[in-house]
Amino acid sequence: MPMRVIVIQFSGSTCDRDLVSAMKDVMGWEVDLVWYNNALKHLEGYDAIFLPGGFTYGDHLRAGIIAAYTPVMKKVKNLANEGLPVLGICNGFQILVESGLLPGALIGNDTLRFSCKWTNLRIETTRSAATNIANKGDIWRVPVAHGEGRYFLDEKGLKDLNENDQVVWRYVNDNGETTKVANPNGSIENIAGICNLEGNVVGLMPHPERATEAIISPWGSEHGKFFFQSLENYFGGR
Amino acid sequence: MPSQFLAEIIIEGKKNARDPEGETIMRDLMIKHGYDMVTSVRSGKILKVTLEAKDEKEAKEICWKMVNELRIYNPIAHVCTIQIVK
Repeated sequence: MPMRVIVIQFSGSTCDRDLVSAMKDVMGWEVDLVWYNNALKHLEGYDAIFLPGGFTYGDHLRAGIIAAYTPVMKKVKNLANEGLPVLGICNGFQILVESGLLPGALIGNDTLRFSCKWTNLRIETTRSAATNIANKGDIWRVPVAHGEGRYFLDEKGLKDLNENDQVVWRYVNDNGETTKVANPNGSIENIAGICNLEGNVVGLMPHPERATEAIISPWGSEHGKFFFQSLENYFGGR
Repeated sequence: MPSQFLAEIIIEGKKNARDPEGETIMRDLMIKHGYDMVTSVRSGKILKVTLEAKDEKEAKEICWKMVNELRIYNPIAHVCTIQIVK
């Protein structure tokens, strides 16, 4: 049985079709792309919910905040709290943070510029729904494309996040070191993605859906596939 | 009878979150053009909100309730101040 997932499309989502293509054409999953207001009635019966990248509501006030207040997100929160995997990529991550499903804040890049480049992501934990086939310390090549991706958390929050094993990926150089140059946006402690305590809600700024086919990678890599294969394994392992 | 009030809601980054926009304005505009007496610039966002309330106190209370309920600022990264200007 292939995975059956839903991608929620908001006003201003722009990476929704890339995500559908990666999951449908590359992974062979059953994928429904559903407008957020229609999704309200059709959220049941899926293996996972995806919030795609983009610029929902023009990023006004703060990226993700207005989408976080749509009625569908209330329902997404309930399902996430019941243990359903909910994955947010880029703007989807911003929506997860603004809706309170994940801790912290995503603020303007410290470069003051939109950052669009390939990054190296080091796997920090394998207990999340999106990394459980990886090994700790593995490096995935995955691109980023954002203007507001600087992850920020206060000192206490950061301590809890580390102690609770909620940091999933960090930006690193080719040697696996968390350097300033490897960090595309100034994220605190080079954090690229995190999960909730249970590991079923995962958010990251990089785009795994843009790294699933060798033809579009400068290295011929397909590391984004590991993200989706992990989710398959998450179900197989349950 | 409710009256109209103008509230200024100011959202700025917390001191411990770097503000590269403020730093650039200070370093590359002000200091480079002779205003080297400037020692700090913080950028932020201001929302001018006109609302109806019975008095200034109530107008401020409504604004605080609104900014907290709708997360107009993210308390992890920002500080918010509200002043009723008229």
